[in-house]
Amino acid sequence: MRRIITATVLNQSGVLNRLTGLLTKRQFNIESITVGHSDDPGISKITIVVQVEDDRKLEQLLKQLHKQIDVLKVKDLTDMALVARELALIKVLTTPDTRSEIKVIIEPFRASIIDVSLENVTIEVTGDNDKVEALIELLRPYGIKEISRTGLTAMPRGTQRTVYNLNQFSII
Amino acid sequence: MKASWVADEEKSKVQMMSGADMLMEALEKEGVEVLFGYPGGAVLPIYDALYKKKIRHILTRHEQGAIHAAQGFARVTGKAGVVIATSGPGATNLVTGIADAMIDSLPLVIFTGQVATTVIGTDAFQEADIVGVTMPITKHNYQVRRVEDLPGIIQEAFHIAQSGRPGPVLVDIPKDISTALGAYAAPKDVSLPGYQPTVMPNLLQVKRLADAIATAKKPVILAGAGVLFAGAEKEILSLAEQHRIPVANTLLGLGSFPSDHPLFLGMAGMHGTYAANIALYECDLLIGIGARFDDRLTGDLNHFAQKAAVAHIDIDPAEIGKNVETLIPIVGCAKHTVSALLRESTSSGDTAEWVYHLSELKSSYPLWYKKDDKTLKPQRLLEIIHEETKGEAIVTTDVGQHQMWTAQYYGFSKPNRWVTSGGLGTMGFGFPAAIGAKIGNPGLPVVAVTGDGGFQMTLQELSVLQELKLPVIIVIVNNQSLGMVRQWQEIFYEERYSQSLIPVQPDFVKLAAAYGIDGAVAGTEEEARQEFARALASNSPFLLDCRVTSDENVYPMIAPGKGIHQMIGVKP
Ligand SMILES: Cc1ncc(C[n+]2csc(CCOP(=O)(O)OP(=O)(O)O)c2C)c(N)n1
Ligand SMILES: [Mg+2]
Repeated sequence: MRRIITATVLNQSGVLNRLTGLLTKRQFNIESITVGHSDDPGISKITIVVQVEDDRKLEQLLKQLHKQIDVLKVKDLTDMALVARELALIKVLTTPDTRSEIKVIIEPFRASIIDVSLENVTIEVTGDNDKVEALIELLRPYGIKEISRTGLTAMPRGTQRTVYNLNQFSII
Repeated sequence: MKASWVADEEKSKVQMMSGADMLMEALEKEGVEVLFGYPGGAVLPIYDALYKKKIRHILTRHEQGAIHAAQGFARVTGKAGVVIATSGPGATNLVTGIADAMIDSLPLVIFTGQVATTVIGTDAFQEADIVGVTMPITKHNYQVRRVEDLPGIIQEAFHIAQSGRPGPVLVDIPKDISTALGAYAAPKDVSLPGYQPTVMPNLLQVKRLADAIATAKKPVILAGAGVLFAGAEKEILSLAEQHRIPVANTLLGLGSFPSDHPLFLGMAGMHGTYAANIALYECDLLIGIGARFDDRLTGDLNHFAQKAAVAHIDIDPAEIGKNVETLIPIVGCAKHTVSALLRESTSSGDTAEWVYHLSELKSSYPLWYKKDDKTLKPQRLLEIIHEETKGEAIVTTDVGQHQMWTAQYYGFSKPNRWVTSGGLGTMGFGFPAAIGAKIGNPGLPVVAVTGDGGFQMTLQELSVLQELKLPVIIVIVNNQSLGMVRQWQEIFYEERYSQSLIPVQPDFVKLAAAYGIDGAVAGTEEEARQEFARALASNSPFLLDCRVTSDENVYPMIAPGKGIHQMIGVKP
């Protein structure tokens, strides 16, 4: 199963290395990982999208992350009401004929063209993984030259509609 | 008058000090009395600072010797073993010991030199990324980037190494940080928001365990090394006696329960006793305390404690539920948790039948071997060592058959006298660990039981033994083979002894003599007893080369992949 996990970490050198090393050592497959400062410059927020086999493995993962000295907080957001976004830059081949077609295609995605040259345009799109995938599929027939994706970053919504199933792990 | 006094205090507040001197200051502050190490270019400033100090330094003859000695020291004292090594090869020579300490939860603080910050990352002479290398095998590690950070980092390092689930912490110090002058300020209390080990148990869970005990008919306690780290032997004994619960030990937990106690089942696991393993197989309540259910203990998990409710007490939450599904998880220190449990649990289940059943198994299927007066059986050798030391010695081992025979036949009854490499299984561990153990606890006899193979991995430390005149008795269980490998090849590879027979050996007694150490060969029980007694009485270093029968196997045994109830080699 695919899980979206955030870790709040002290901004020490090597902390990213520590977490990715840990995931590799314990045989977890990282789909994406993003890092950025929080409002406190000493603290960073890491969002990890990871594939785990079952609940037991998930529990291990959360506990092992939590065990790191530099990790302040670990949260599995998957079952919460959350906002999750990634940004993708997509360079698509164009001809004078297709350029306006592409404009029409990207419009409902609220994507924008941020660079134009004679043979191609670069499109910026932000959204959850599904939205980004969908746009890429629509653009594929025109010829995609290059894609660069940031990976997912996420946080829980301000209001949680339902009481989500918070697994009772024996962290304490 | 007053003004100048204030000024003096101000001055002392901004006392300038080199990084190396700050390190010495911090070591004194932590009460460190002995260092195990080896000098080199990147730690020259540190050794120069040490020159002026009174802290004892043991110069081993290999960095691996230093770290295993520090592990032996840590194992018997409960205090962090402290190690210093130079950058590059000095640091990488420590890696095996660091991994060993990590998996066996031994507190160590390791200082490695590093090339100067100005050349880090340039593949400079003797540069190795030891922080990167040791990231997965340390509890935590640091590279010091500013000299002013040193006192705080060192304080944190000792705190992390010695609290919660203990483990090794490495501090990498670039050479220019050691020499740089910085304003010294004594560190304030440790504040680590991401590291708050849970010591006191959740009382609701403790209550649940008390309820489970009250109704259990077939309970068993599995006591591991966590009991020893917490000093919870008395509490475990009370718990077992109060509710008549039989007790099994893990390999590393030996000594946490008296081996001659009627409720003691022996060691469980691959070479455990039949009674202990059957207890884990048949039980209806398994209380794991400070044990991590590793695969050498459990065998095939599909057959492990399948009929039981599992309660697991551990200070490391990540151990709970890792290998075995746990009904009652209790995060906490073994001592506090079992104390709380003793207060909570007032009623016992009816365990009489179960206790009787297991004691029957214990007497019908004891550990056994074919006795023979003419030769020296390795199992008998360990019994003799027990008899001669009255079971009071600190015993260290290497890894292999002799290790298992020691675990089976020495009969540990007191805590912190058993020093072995359990999780990593590191050959070469036993002899240097004995040096550290003797330094940590000079009042007890120390016996290093090693294999003829493993001893040759770290025997250079004979120099240290002689230099310090440490009365450690080295017992080589000489079967002229890498016995444990040979055993597996005999049983699982149709006797194809590929690279496991080592008939060409040094004359170990002459070898000891070359270092100025007394020694003897023993080929019979009588010789073994006599020479061992002589060694013990001599109160000096001694090497006893015991020529044991070379085709002996360690039994009983759970074959790899088999369940804990499927033991082979049980007494017929
Ligand atoms: C450093 C290291 N290398 C290899 C092994 C694999 N191994 C486990 S036991 C063993 C044989 C040890 O032989 P010896 O020291 O003579 O002890 P014995 O089993 O004969 O008592 C070997 C090679 C190991 N545990 N550690
Ligand atoms: Mg051998």
